[in-house]
Amino acid sequence: MADDIVFELLHSEIINYSLEQNKSSNGKEVDLSVVEYIGFAAGYKIMERLTREWPRFKDELDTMKFICTDFWTCIYKKQIDNLRTNHQGVYVLQDNAFRFLINFSSGQQYLEYAPRYVAYTCGLIRGGLANLCINSIVTAEVQTMPSCKFHIHVQRS
Amino acid sequence: MSRQTSRLDAKKVNSELLTLTYGALVSQMLKEIDNPEDVNKQLERIGYNMGVRLIEDFLARTPSTRCLEMRETADKIQQAFRLYLNMQPVVTSWSSAGDEFSLVWDQCPLSEWVEMPNNGLKYCALIPGAIRGALQMVQLDVQCWFVQDLLKGDPITELRVKYIKRLEDAVPAGED
Repeated sequence: MADDIVFELLHSEIINYSLEQNKSSNGKEVDLSVVEYIGFAAGYKIMERLTREWPRFKDELDTMKFICTDFWTCIYKKQIDNLRTNHQGVYVLQDNAFRFLINFSSGQQYLEYAPRYVAYTCGLIRGGLANLCINSIVTAEVQTMPSCKFHIHVQRS
Repeated sequence: MSRQTSRLDAKKVNSELLTLTYGALVSQMLKEIDNPEDVNKQLERIGYNMGVRLIEDFLARTPSTRCLEMRETADKIQQAFRLYLNMQPVVTSWSSAGDEFSLVWDQCPLSEWVEMPNNGLKYCALIPGAIRGALQMVQLDVQCWFVQDLLKGDPITELRVKYIKRLEDAVPAGED
């Protein structure tokens, strides 16, 4: 089975589609909200299926660990390399060889396009957490290529 | 139940994620694009773009030689379905000239958990697009369309593939 490649191609096409959609509506601004939303919808639903027969998570940190290990290994073929938290609702997940960036040259050349390739995953994390009743804002930061940091800000009401 | 024993089945998760992501894309498109016909066209085009690249992967992965007739091509397409979507369509209903056949299946990972609106949407339009794109890269021009669709209440899904012509190598437009 080789459906990994299909997923990767679909991922690129989603980015393509959304860029084209908003090219027609406004000007230069790159709007990735659609990509993020598609990630959110997929993340929300997949989490429901994944955790159906999973032991209950102890706390927020335990949930994050699940995302960093099991969840990440399944989808991104490796674990998150580093998880940091300030214990006040901010988590930073660092992946040193992020699957969707790994095929790019590691120089500066394509750095400006990196946000496009992390938006889906931001949504995926946010959606997954939302299904586990953790409302969050997820942003990503790429400083050098293929490494990527995901910042999760848990929203407490 | 300990954590160790309940590790996730990566294969299943990935195939489900593909299904759900595709579903999210289609529903997003239906929200943004008013005419379902245009959604079909977009999906077909996305499939085409994917097919154009997928063929490279297919040729790299399988010991493929040039197909001399459509029957061989049909076998390859069947193999690709197995490889990429983990499903096994049946090749059937050949035309007498041997240039037209149907791929028939009764389950498809892409159309799992789908409830269709009744508006002419071709949910799986990605697939014919991908076939067209992939074959175009090996100099085959084909036409691909759905005859029956499970999601529309038919007992099976039937995708018709028709050979149009062999493409000759041509200089890309705009280049001398």
